[in-house]
Amino acid sequence: MQETVIPAAGAPYPTLLYVLIPLLPFLGFLINGLLNKRISGTVAGLIGSATVLGSFAISVFLFLNFQYQYTVTLFDWISVGSMQIPFSYQIDQLSLLMLLLVTGVGFLIHVYSIGYMHHDENVGKFFSFLNLFVFSMLVLVLGANFVILFIGWEGVGLCSYLLIGFWNKNTNYNNAAKKAFIINRVGDLGFLLGIFLIYLTFDSVQYAEVFQKASTMQIGTGVITAITLLLFVGATGKSAQLPLYTWLPDAMAGPTPVSALIHAATMVTAGIYMILRANVLFTLAPDTLEVIAIIGAATALFAATIGLAQNDIKKVLAYSTVSQLGYMFLALGVMGYSTSLFHVLTHAFFKALMFLGAGSVIHAMSNEQDLRRMGGLRKALPITFITFFIGCLAIAGIPPFSGFFSKDEILLHAYQHSKVLYAVGLFTAFLTAFYMFRLLFLAFFGEFRGTEEQKHHLHESPASMTLPLIILAVLAAVGGFLNAPLVLGRGYLSDYLAPLFTYSQRLNPAAFNVEVDHATEYLLIGLSVGAGVLGIAFAYVQYVSRGVRPAEDASQRGFLENLVYHKYYIDELYNTLFVRPVMGLSRGLFRYVENGIIDPIVTSFGRLTMGGGQLLRYVQTGSVETYLILMVVGIVLVMALNFVKF
Amino acid sequence: MDQNIPQVIQTVPLQYYVFFATALFSIGVLGVLTRRNAIIIFMCVELMLNAVNVLLTAFSAYRSDPNGQVFVFFIMAVAAAEVAVGLAIIVMIYRNLQNTDVNLLNRLKF
Repeated sequence: MQETVIPAAGAPYPTLLYVLIPLLPFLGFLINGLLNKRISGTVAGLIGSATVLGSFAISVFLFLNFQYQYTVTLFDWISVGSMQIPFSYQIDQLSLLMLLLVTGVGFLIHVYSIGYMHHDENVGKFFSFLNLFVFSMLVLVLGANFVILFIGWEGVGLCSYLLIGFWNKNTNYNNAAKKAFIINRVGDLGFLLGIFLIYLTFDSVQYAEVFQKASTMQIGTGVITAITLLLFVGATGKSAQLPLYTWLPDAMAGPTPVSALIHAATMVTAGIYMILRANVLFTLAPDTLEVIAIIGAATALFAATIGLAQNDIKKVLAYSTVSQLGYMFLALGVMGYSTSLFHVLTHAFFKALMFLGAGSVIHAMSNEQDLRRMGGLRKALPITFITFFIGCLAIAGIPPFSGFFSKDEILLHAYQHSKVLYAVGLFTAFLTAFYMFRLLFLAFFGEFRGTEEQKHHLHESPASMTLPLIILAVLAAVGGFLNAPLVLGRGYLSDYLAPLFTYSQRLNPAAFNVEVDHATEYLLIGLSVGAGVLGIAFAYVQYVSRGVRPAEDASQRGFLENLVYHKYYIDELYNTLFVRPVMGLSRGLFRYVENGIIDPIVTSFGRLTMGGGQLLRYVQTGSVETYLILMVVGIVLVMALNFVKF
Repeated sequence: MDQNIPQVIQTVPLQYYVFFATALFSIGVLGVLTRRNAIIIFMCVELMLNAVNVLLTAFSAYRSDPNGQVFVFFIMAVAAAEVAVGLAIIVMIYRNLQNTDVNLLNRLKF
């Protein structure tokens, strides 16, 4: 097995090549940003797409010619005393895969946006932000130390804020953008503290150095547990896990391609990426892993139940993302590191596909997002329907579509670790299949339930939108063969990624032993496929055979149904627990401290100066005699004081 | 008594110079405070300056230190310059007001 230690040999290609990967989208950001109003939307879209395509081409080139891990130092960035933080990139299996994912899926989303954002008045601004988003994510992925990771981390946070609030004339959308930003700050605080603690412990933030030093430590020390817990807090914010997930469904306020970008290729995978990157540290902290597994499983189940009762097509997908991210964290928690990345990849394919498909539906329906107003769309939107159907099959875990392989692998790892977590995962798989096919059946089957005007307007999307859909559908269909299950022979992906986990494997060999007998494996496969099929069957009976329609907002619901429909009132709970008290405190402080204490103090200083001036101006009588008397009095005083002194 | 001090100066004791200068200064102060005519006030200021000059010269002579007399020259030069400017101002005031009474010049007060 290949050693993870970075060889002394430098980068095999000129530094410029690596710089260009993030630089190209950044140039796109500058060009589109500066020429915002002066170029047409299509040109802006072409520039935006071309720059990402350029990065993708370089990434493919590096991927194909990859031989060993190395770092590229661009310049010495921070050097204060003993602290040395170079600005350097790390090229290894993980960053290469992430590069391909971010630029590849990012490129498709850019192309799609040309068609989707065609009618918008700020297309230049949109592509500029989109490019900045890709740039930030590339910085995050490429960085060779935690500080550069943090720059990209904050960058995607900023871009999500800009893009969620893209239609900033709507106050609700702005509030959603603020919510995403603020909740992410909560997580970032944890992440930042984690980085500080890493520096304190290892005296470095450079990955290679930190992990090398960590690999000699004992398993389960307090300081590592603290570091990993803090890092995980950051990950829960970025990757929308309990309890910091509430921003993600609200992030649907942004244009649909943005949702696809955030949910599939960039922002939410950052948390997973970070934990994978620091897998040595997490391996050293079994307690943290346990927490991650439990939170992941809980999030997967929790979000899936909410997804059951949503009527907004994008909200269903949003909760589905939260749920799938829960799966990924579950995989991380049970030390299925490569499995987690496998699911990141397949999820990126089918979730991007489904978001873009939903965008296509919304486009055709003239901005209608309510499932209750859709129906029968499969005749009007054949390409969208077929690709969306493939996406649903993939996420539901039906073989041989991609989601089946990755989800099955996660469940296998979970099964080995704990039967309870496995059961939760399996039940979630059933729920996933149900709510996804509920969405599919409601939108594409039955009779059309919208207005006459919408029916008249229905049309398949332009080629710039359907082409990415088709490519993503192909990827979602066959992506699973990247890593076939054990019974079909070990997969390519886990072998490729193995060098990343050398230290972890050496520290805890037992956890990497996933050999199970074939009977068990077939049983697990059968169970997970069964759960998926059962979910689809339930959805079919409910929404096609019986033709059930979700109730209107005003209608009466049972207690449980109501609870789920209102997302367990979590938003309301947070509102009462955090938002209201903070707002109340701020208002109180404003009224009593700001207005009552600080303001009077400041104004009283002003008044004092003005009053003093008022008094002193009487001295300026203009009468020469007074001045002279004052002068003489002054002289006498000076003399008198002189005498006193002696 | 110091041998370096000329006989002619030694005939008058130092105290006399001090008394004289004090009297001269006081007259100057009194004049500045009581008179209203700007020209007279000016002249009284000159009296005060000269009182100081006398003192400086006297002390300088008695202590055989030429520094004091150098200062006197400075004071004279500055006083001359000041008078040139001051008189020009007073002339302009007279042209405008037909008077040099300083109490008429209180227009610049608050």
